[in-house]
Amino acid sequence: MQVMAMENKSARIMIIDDEPQMRRLLQVALTAHGYEIRGAETGRAGIDQTAVFHPDLIVLDLSLPDLDGIEVIKQLREWTQTPVIILSVREQENDKIAALDAGADDYVTKPFSMGELLARIRTALRHAAGAGDEPVLTFGGLVIDLTRRYVAVDGREVKLTPTEYELLRILAVNAGKVLTHRQLMRTVWGPSYEQETNYLRVYIRQLRQKIEPDPARPRHIITEPGVGYRLV
Amino acid sequence: MAGEKRADPDAILAGIKEEGRGTLTVFLGAAAGVGKTYAMLETARERLEDGLNVLAGWVETHGRADTEALMAGLPVAPPHHLEYHGRSFAEMDLDALLARKPQIVLVDELAHTNIPGSRHAKRYQDAEELLAAGIDVYTTLNIQHLESLNDAVAQITGIKVRETVPDKILEQAEIQLVDVPPEELIQRFKDGKVYVPDKAAEALRKFFRPGNINALREMALRHTAKRVDHQMETYMRAHAIEGPWSAGEKVMVCISPSPFAARLIRYGRRMAANMQAEWFAVYVDTPRHMPVGEDEHNLLEKNIQLAEELGAETVTIAGDSVADELLGFVKKHNITQIIIGKPLRPLFREWLHGSLVDYILKRSEGISVHVISGKSQPNSTPQAQTAGRESFQILPYTAIVLMIALLTVLAMPVRSYLGQVNIAMLYLVPVLFSAVVWGRYFSVVAAILGIISFDFFFIPPTFTFTVFDLRYLFSFAIFLLVALMTGTLSARLRQHIIYARQREARMVALYALSREISATNELEKALEQVAKKVYESVESQVVILLPGADNKLVVRAKSDAEQKILVDENEKAVALWVYEHGQTAGRGTDTLVGADCTYVPMRTEQGILGVLGVRPRDSRHLSPEQRRLLEAFASLGAVAVNRIQLVEQAKETHLLAESERLHAALFNSISHELRTPLTSIIGAVTGLLDEDDLYDSVSRRDLLQTIKQGALRMHRLVNNLLDMTRVESGYLQLSKEWCDVQDMIGVAASQVEALRSRPLKIEAAPDLPLVQADFVLIEQVLVNLLDNAAKYSGPDSEISVKALHNREEVAISVADHGPGIPEEDRELVFDKFYRLRASRQIGGTGLGLTICKAIVDAHGGRIWVSGNPGGGALVTFTLPLLAAAPEKIPESEPSASAGDGNGE
Repeated sequence: MQVMAMENKSARIMIIDDEPQMRRLLQVALTAHGYEIRGAETGRAGIDQTAVFHPDLIVLDLSLPDLDGIEVIKQLREWTQTPVIILSVREQENDKIAALDAGADDYVTKPFSMGELLARIRTALRHAAGAGDEPVLTFGGLVIDLTRRYVAVDGREVKLTPTEYELLRILAVNAGKVLTHRQLMRTVWGPSYEQETNYLRVYIRQLRQKIEPDPARPRHIITEPGVGYRLV
Repeated sequence: MAGEKRADPDAILAGIKEEGRGTLTVFLGAAAGVGKTYAMLETARERLEDGLNVLAGWVETHGRADTEALMAGLPVAPPHHLEYHGRSFAEMDLDALLARKPQIVLVDELAHTNIPGSRHAKRYQDAEELLAAGIDVYTTLNIQHLESLNDAVAQITGIKVRETVPDKILEQAEIQLVDVPPEELIQRFKDGKVYVPDKAAEALRKFFRPGNINALREMALRHTAKRVDHQMETYMRAHAIEGPWSAGEKVMVCISPSPFAARLIRYGRRMAANMQAEWFAVYVDTPRHMPVGEDEHNLLEKNIQLAEELGAETVTIAGDSVADELLGFVKKHNITQIIIGKPLRPLFREWLHGSLVDYILKRSEGISVHVISGKSQPNSTPQAQTAGRESFQILPYTAIVLMIALLTVLAMPVRSYLGQVNIAMLYLVPVLFSAVVWGRYFSVVAAILGIISFDFFFIPPTFTFTVFDLRYLFSFAIFLLVALMTGTLSARLRQHIIYARQREARMVALYALSREISATNELEKALEQVAKKVYESVESQVVILLPGADNKLVVRAKSDAEQKILVDENEKAVALWVYEHGQTAGRGTDTLVGADCTYVPMRTEQGILGVLGVRPRDSRHLSPEQRRLLEAFASLGAVAVNRIQLVEQAKETHLLAESERLHAALFNSISHELRTPLTSIIGAVTGLLDEDDLYDSVSRRDLLQTIKQGALRMHRLVNNLLDMTRVESGYLQLSKEWCDVQDMIGVAASQVEALRSRPLKIEAAPDLPLVQADFVLIEQVLVNLLDNAAKYSGPDSEISVKALHNREEVAISVADHGPGIPEEDRELVFDKFYRLRASRQIGGTGLGLTICKAIVDAHGGRIWVSGNPGGGALVTFTLPLLAAAPEKIPESEPSASAGDGNGE
């Protein structure tokens, strides 16, 4: 409900990208979907405009003429929690992880499909609107009731160990958003386990076996290669 | 003045001799303040007015107004600035001068030492380079800076001059003496007209005394006179007039491998200094008088070194007769004074042939011969020093005593049968044996012991030392003489054998090296071997420099890695000099003596290929023998370098052709692969833009689909090319982490669009362990394999992925039901741009499998193609299980509370 309200009010999106063609494409496509768009050519202009325009979401390119995109995220995060989606040609995992760890909410690699970008934008907006606060989360046949620590697939209850549940809960609360390995390890096992990604692999596999209809081709827990996982 | 000189036949001759080389004109003065710079500038101005291209490379006016006035109108080359210890120093810009190539360059203060970091350590080297480039150089010099006069100047003035210029620089120069009467100079100094650096003011005040000035002035005058003498000599030689002519004194000291020679050298030095004469230390190397053993070699080397240190020009002549070679040298160099040692004991041979001294005296009319007696030297022959002096050797004595005892015991029972003469002969055996094994000293010991026991045991009355028949004394004397002579001869033979063995060892080393380096085609290895062999044979630290980029020398090999052989800029400058001039230089030679190492050029017919540098241990100098060996090693090394460089060139040519072929393939492939989707995109887009109303919604969608597919195809191609570039540039860095193989397969399957509508079977063992791998790259491998499988098989046929493991590795295979890959192509498909003949109409770059192989190889795995048992292709790759993932995984602690907190 809330989400619909947001979208009706026409959410404002700030685009920080130095390529006019890219800004133009996003302007046309996103306006057509009812968003109000403002563009900025440089990182500094983007930060300044953000303060004035108060966007609900920021689409940010990492390669900017003045500041590095990562630096822009850091500066933004000093004073605003507005969701940031990175839209970049940089496809190296290190760049993605750095951006996400710096506080970006999602990462879309250029070239991208418009449908995917729109889906990520909707997820991020929904998230920002506080969708994660709902006590019962539903993902297709997967239902997670946070109040009762209850998980069911297609109506059948699934027994999870405390760690499995915690992992699922973190992913569900941040549904649609990529969580890096580091973020997951830190939240579930604690900061000293950040490097032990094998724990994560094992638990994700167990979790998939319990909640995925076909664990070999997972539908809910999606692997972001080299970066992390997201729940959809 | 120079106009007159130009007419001088001498100058013409010099011009012919060194074609293209510039002339050095030195304005020589007795001390600072005589007006050298002024005179130089005046002459330069005259040249400028003559229309010559004159350039001031470096002129120090020291702020004198009259000098500065002369500078007006002279073109000046700006100096360049060098940082040293955080300060900036101005130096003459040699490169700029060489680039501008004027006819005459003015270079003030020839003795100046350049700031470290300059090309040459000394300014005179800069001047040398200018001269070599065909530029005339005008320069100034104070007589005290001349190297040979260094000691004398220090003695007279009490000031040790550190900045010196080698005499040979001046020998090639025109000298213009700038002279001022001492009184006037001292007056100038008192008037403050002489430039004095602040610190040295006090010292200089002492320096500017009439005595000093007079002495220096005399030196300058004398030197100039000597120059004129030298010119005359050159002239006479040019016109084949036999010398000697009494124009100046020249001293020759005859040296030998004897400690006595050092006295001769010192004597020669004193005489030469008194006469202000040039002097030579000459050694004649004849087969008969070849130095025997290490000790004699070292002694000779020491003597030569001493002579060099004392300023002699040292010469080694090879020849048959010492006397004739010496006399030949005397004639050739117009020697006026010969210094020769008188042998202590005239040998038999000398009685027969006449002594060397007599011979020389007879044949040296008009030349003073100084014969120095060697009486006061206790050890006149090196042999006396060699054997048994350093330490008491117990073994030879014991052995000699035992031998003689044994002989005596054996001879006792049969003495009447043998007779005394034969017994005496028997006693010669230990003598000869000792001579051969331990040297002459022990042969004498054996002879004396032999006589004693012969006398004691066999000469009546036996068992006493008394001799009845006095004739036996004569026998003893003969015995002793025979023993001594045979002993001496065999000892000499022994030393020759040792020496021959050393030579043989060196020859063997040379031979071994030539064999080893001809077996390798790697430059580094060959150079290492050369360095190692030189290190072993000459017992010196070794460094090999070869020209790198922009013709600078780069250290390419050292005898061992942690050694402290220092190759700083100065050393490199020396090496470069050797490289450019093709002459041996550095320590122990007569060029660039200041260097730490001796540098030998590595020469082939193609020219100089590099430089071999050695630094002898314990700071000895190399003996001539060692230097010859070194030169042999250097030329062997040069041949190897030449050969390997040619091989490398050939290889490079081949590689170039190969890469051209690959480039052609790349361009063909890319142009095809890019144009095809571009054509469909442009076609569809222009269709939509131009005639939008023609299409209904279905066909419009079709066109848009075409565009999308074309764009995706191009995207794939770009990715492939980027991956290939990464692989090729060696930039493929693995970021390994623990990976779930099943997860990788799942992700890859979801990436391949063509698989969405296809049956895909994934079989993974349930207990698959985690592997250490780069998730993204292995996923890339899987995507490529799945993509190929989808492309090359029927649209509805099943594709299957299998993952198995054993203890060492995980094997993942992708199988399709397409036409498969022919047996003979199964190796080739991993080559760049290789496409199956049957698949030409299917789009692709021929890079996919190449990239897969590179990635799998980087992981230490294998990849291969085989036939799918059910028909079709089967590609399998493995990933090694290097470390087992930890089995136990801790349950997360904070989960419960976090979950509870959120829930309530």
